[in-house]
Amino acid sequence: MSVPRFWRKQTNRYNLIGTKCETCGTYYFPPRSLCPKCRREGKIVDYKFKGTGKIVTFSVVRTASDKFDLQTPFVVAIIELDEGTRLTAPVICSDINEVYIGMRVKSTFRKISADGDSGIIVYGTKFIRE
Amino acid sequence: MRDVAVVGVGLTKFGERWGDSFREMCVEAGVKAIDDAGMDGDDIQEMFVGNMSGGRFVLQEHIGALIADYSGLATNHIPATRTEAACASGGLAFRQAVNCIASGAQDIVIAAGVEKMTDVSGGETTDALAGAADREWEGMYGVTFPSLYAMMARDYMNRYGMTREELAQVAVKNHYNGARNPIAQYQKEITIDTVLNSTLVADPLRLMDCSPVTDGAAAVILCSLDRAKEFTDCPVKVLASTQASDTISLHDRRDISTLDATVAAANRAFDIAKIERKDVDLVEVHDCFTIAEICAIEDMGFCKKGEAGKLTAEGYTALDGKLPVNTSGGLKACGHPVGATGIKQVCEVVTQLRGEAGKRQVDGAEIGMTHNVGGTGATVVTSIFRRV
Repeated sequence: MSVPRFWRKQTNRYNLIGTKCETCGTYYFPPRSLCPKCRREGKIVDYKFKGTGKIVTFSVVRTASDKFDLQTPFVVAIIELDEGTRLTAPVICSDINEVYIGMRVKSTFRKISADGDSGIIVYGTKFIRE
Repeated sequence: MRDVAVVGVGLTKFGERWGDSFREMCVEAGVKAIDDAGMDGDDIQEMFVGNMSGGRFVLQEHIGALIADYSGLATNHIPATRTEAACASGGLAFRQAVNCIASGAQDIVIAAGVEKMTDVSGGETTDALAGAADREWEGMYGVTFPSLYAMMARDYMNRYGMTREELAQVAVKNHYNGARNPIAQYQKEITIDTVLNSTLVADPLRLMDCSPVTDGAAAVILCSLDRAKEFTDCPVKVLASTQASDTISLHDRRDISTLDATVAAANRAFDIAKIERKDVDLVEVHDCFTIAEICAIEDMGFCKKGEAGKLTAEGYTALDGKLPVNTSGGLKACGHPVGATGIKQVCEVVTQLRGEAGKRQVDGAEIGMTHNVGGTGATVVTSIFRRV
């Protein structure tokens, strides 16, 4: 991912900051600048998520793209945050067999990937057992 | 709106075609379709080419012009347009061609699809395909396409109790059909054990749950129904061709293992075609992974949610079953050159309705349907066909 493309949403990625529509009360992560429910009537403001939630479903990536090859196997999951919004993120655990649907998790700041030896290092939010 | 018919089909062999280029394969399929329609290239008034990622796989954009040029049609200056909706790119090309004729804008249009996937490494292919999901909020975390469909599969199995063996039967059935299709990438039958013993790609999906990386192209000639008899004795009428969208990310779906875009597109198609589910004699569905076929059969309305695994295990969707699904071998065995798949599905249904499918012919097939998915279900195209 190019530097400006990553930098643009860096604060959101590092701090789990999404958005909330004050008109309908729906929370969004990833952040949305237009509320799909209220559209032009919506009022979007930033919102920092508590970072706790549960696993809705998950998989273990065994064959990855080149950039993630050294990390395999790793767990990815769809997580429902306590605010009700869902997102996709890696789950860190010492034993991939310990992950289950409904498992409580909390966010943590981690390295995601690196663009080779001299490119940018992408950090962001992963999840661990609560 | 005018009635539209398919009057010609053309397919290349699907597989790892090291000796053939992107443009050569697309031209080969187009020429076969024109030959099949018994017309002249000069009869073609407009062209749509479905292609997902020429930009990533062969570093080529401007696909419409390239194919018009190498087909010898650039000197006729016909409009040539590339369509893109990830793995539903071919379906889009077909639907655009249908609408182009139905609207009265043109009488004779070619819709093609092409993908050349083996000119880059496996890792690059995986990464390019991940672009069918949300690059910034799914792909960035290393999520692959198999892992997205695996999350669907885990959700589905957890809720409906489908067994691993029932899921494997989708691949076994499609390989049986592929073994009877001369253009299929894999013309080899397999057993449930072949699937269960294959390597894990993204739990719970194994290698034999996944469609392969494939080179190939497909093309169909469409024409207004009133002129169809000029070109063929057995035109196939397009009863409906519909498209629907949904959220780009799997995590934003109303239901993880229901493709609402499939539900919407299929409902619209059946409404327009004015037929019932029970009237359909065969379906080509988008089985990029085994779980995708299970969801497709249910979301198109052929059975209740949670039943497709059992029906598959019982042979309901087999070649000699009540509703044969993926007689071509599907994406699993016939192969999945992503941009070509939506057109290949149309070729298969037309071939079946003409009674020309050889060893995999469904006896007396009159009505067939196609179902083409982009990404994890953010775009769906469904089309219904009838022999006339």
